Amino acid sequence: MSVSEKFYQAFLYNDRWVQYLRGVGTTLLVTVIALAIGIVIGTVVALVRTAHDQQREKRNPLLAAVNFILQIYVTVIRGTPMMVQLLIMAMVIFASSRNFTLVGALTLGINSGAYVSEIIRGGLMAVDSGQMEAGRSLGLNYISTMRFIIIPQAIKAVLPALGNEFIILLKDTSLITFIGGKELLYAAQGIMNRTYEAMFPLLIVAGMYLILVMIFTWLLGRFERKLRESDRR
Amino acid sequence: MIDVKGLKKQFGDQIVLDGIDVSIEKGEVICIVGPSGCGKSTFLRCLTHLEMPSSGQVFLDGEEITDKKIDDIRARMGMVFQHFNLFPNMTVRRNITLAPVQRKMMSQQEADAEAERLLTRIGLLEKADVYPSMLSGGQKQRIAIVRALAMNPEVLLFDEPTSALDPEMVGEVLQLMQDLAREGMTMIVVTHEMGFAREVANRVIFIDEGIIKEDEPPEEFFAHPKHPRLQDFLSKVL
Repeated sequence: MSVSEKFYQAFLYNDRWVQYLRGVGTTLLVTVIALAIGIVIGTVVALVRTAHDQQREKRNPLLAAVNFILQIYVTVIRGTPMMVQLLIMAMVIFASSRNFTLVGALTLGINSGAYVSEIIRGGLMAVDSGQMEAGRSLGLNYISTMRFIIIPQAIKAVLPALGNEFIILLKDTSLITFIGGKELLYAAQGIMNRTYEAMFPLLIVAGMYLILVMIFTWLLGRFERKLRESDRR
Repeated sequence: MIDVKGLKKQFGDQIVLDGIDVSIEKGEVICIVGPSGCGKSTFLRCLTHLEMPSSGQVFLDGEEITDKKIDDIRARMGMVFQHFNLFPNMTVRRNITLAPVQRKMMSQQEADAEAERLLTRIGLLEKADVYPSMLSGGQKQRIAIVRALAMNPEVLLFDEPTSALDPEMVGEVLQLMQDLAREGMTMIVVTHEMGFAREVANRVIFIDEGIIKEDEPPEEFFAHPKHPRLQDFLSKVL
């Protein structure tokens, strides 16, 4: 079989390209869900842990307990392989669920949350302590100071690192293929099983991931530039 | 107006303030001087609990300052920092109006009008809508002072307000501070500017080894220093 015939078989025959596109759709859906979960978890965890660390003299016992639990969460998630987490979620915790895509998105989101929390925590800690002092000295409470002064500065600082994390997340969606999530790589596998040809399906999938990541990077760059406009003028 | 009783501050084993007692009346301008590391900045920061005092009490208008009502207390005591600490993510206007609006002291319109009035006063109205990164050090510090003034505080605390400035910008900041003093603003100024202390202060306080070693009107303070440590200090800085 010639190269062009192989390509035809891998991409065009039987409208197979539609399967790839459906895979792209699932990949994007999973990424968006996981991203949302990751950002929410990451932000909450980072804020609680920072609030705990920034306490002075007397320590709040409730905050200490929550902080301890969150520390365990971050340690466990960062200390175990993503693939193992996926399998545990799909085959143990949600063993009865058939919605592999959603279980995959949830797992990725919980995983991403641990990394995002550390990125955001780093950003919050990197804001000059004089900013908190100035805000509090004007009579603003801790929450207002965080909201108007610290968090906006932290976001700008962590955006490149967050973008990196999001790109990793987008590519990690390929792992949910192994628990039965019907995303991009899953489509390729199906076609490989039918044609006994691996090269083109995998190259096509690689190319599609690459394009997705490049679009993502471009969007992020635009967003960063927009945020940076406030620095100069 | 401000009464400090037995104020002590320790960082670990290190005793920074070892029992400060002082009273400050409304309208007074107090300059605090002393060698670096003597605790003068720590003293100022203890007044608004930016540092927690290890023991002792601070009263504002007879009301003890505690952590519980610290936000309300801080709204009445303006603080000006060595490094200005303007908020880089906001325009000058918003730097000034944020706290009065968030604390519901003024509507945004009222706060904007007040900000413009204050900026006009220091000749920086045209900077209202720029970001702090576009300003010189002297401009930043004057705007930081104006930001504190917008809260209409009872007292202004200055923590070495000119120490981070280029020499040619020191004058404009001191001038503004002197104007405020003339208008009757109560001010506590930690400074190395002996000229300012001599010209503007009602009392000059010398802190050394964590205690007040001298507390005199400037004429007496500079002409007849009693404590040998102060004599030594003045011989080095004057």
